[in-house]
Amino acid sequence: MYDIKALYEASSIEDAIKLRLEYPEAQILAGGSDVLVQIREGKRAGKELISIYMIDEMRGVTLDDNGDIRIGSLTSFSHITKNEIVKKYINVLGEAVDMVGSPQIRNIGTIGGNTCNGVTSADSASTLFALDALVELTGSSGKRIIPISEFYIKAGTVDIKPDEIQTAIIIPKEKYTDYQGHYIKYAMRNALDITTTGCSVNVKLSEDKKVFEDVRIAYGVAGPIPMRAKTAEEFIKGKNVSEDTAKEFSLKVLSDINPRDSWRASKAFRQHLATELAYRALKECVKLSGGEM
Amino acid sequence: MAQYKLVRCTINGKKVEQMVDVRASLTDMLRNDYRMTSVKKGCEVGECGACNVLIDGECFNSCIYLAVWAEGKHIRTLEGLMSEDGELSDIQQAFIDEAAVQCGFCTPGVIMSAVEILESGRDYTDDELRKLLSGHLCRCTGYENILRAVRKTLDKRLGKV
Repeated sequence: MYDIKALYEASSIEDAIKLRLEYPEAQILAGGSDVLVQIREGKRAGKELISIYMIDEMRGVTLDDNGDIRIGSLTSFSHITKNEIVKKYINVLGEAVDMVGSPQIRNIGTIGGNTCNGVTSADSASTLFALDALVELTGSSGKRIIPISEFYIKAGTVDIKPDEIQTAIIIPKEKYTDYQGHYIKYAMRNALDITTTGCSVNVKLSEDKKVFEDVRIAYGVAGPIPMRAKTAEEFIKGKNVSEDTAKEFSLKVLSDINPRDSWRASKAFRQHLATELAYRALKECVKLSGGEM
Repeated sequence: MAQYKLVRCTINGKKVEQMVDVRASLTDMLRNDYRMTSVKKGCEVGECGACNVLIDGECFNSCIYLAVWAEGKHIRTLEGLMSEDGELSDIQQAFIDEAAVQCGFCTPGVIMSAVEILESGRDYTDDELRKLLSGHLCRCTGYENILRAVRKTLDKRLGKV
């Protein structure tokens, strides 16, 4: 038995919003692979829960008329990885969420839960930052769409108003068209481990594959929340594709990131990881784009 | 104040219903209400895989799955693998033949993951199998014999041996 004060089950998005207003103290429960474990550990014990897990309208990946990719917040990691739209256009996201926990966790864990947790180590988050993803929130007065960089406020806190739930993640067409992406998770084990530091890169090369037209790079566990390395991004735009550029780019990230010492790894090790992963992920993106370094 | 809810689902092909405490995990419901004791309580935080069951064809750790979420679902446990005349299924027999069982606590969970793999109807490399089985902790034998049992059953089902 879980130590739960009361469980309110939402049957639709509308119903969830109503419950949010009715029970302002209640914690939202999606797949539960974080929340239920925290209850077990005593951290969130004795609280009211609003379960949104049964709202099927919040599941699935669709291509909007304008080409944007819409991922329902309750879509499980494994369904994202197996989805044909994801495989075709944003394979990097499918690969990133395929590194979460274990097969069973990837069947219950949702992309909405992963981002609403507000933790820096979420395997989907760095890739969503690198893709300039948008977050759709639905409340009593309708929908609100904000960039994922604004959704994260501080460690463990995201921008969800008291009457809202997160209903979808949107990847705009112009953010994935002609880009190739790669994510590297560094952890101590291959399964059931939390990212020591993770790096996600998106690259758009010029037509002749000789110039970096655009690069977006994001990190998990390089600071209190997922983040982009904007100095490095500015530096590499317009530069020739070469080993030297890649090496210099990877060192530039150090001026953007802000990792800390923790029991999992030291700050120095994370800085080392950040540069090495930037280099390797960039190199892989160039390869995927048909370029040479 | 205790809060109860009627949960209707299918367990190993049989339609069932039961009033369930909303605080119960699916492990609690399967073990206590339906006596499906192959579903083990191990870590109870979704790490060890001892409580793994199939829900609508996919593997879930039932310890971190609320019992009320089982409404309308098709659940399969190890008990459902045995044939009517009491014969073991091929994958269970393979675990015995390959000595993939020692204390047996993790075994039902691992076998249910193997069932999802086998029923996908496709082939996998050893590396892929390792990844698909990575949600289980075995503290006795290690994983080589488990991998071999799944490999052999997969090869047999695909007509490769």
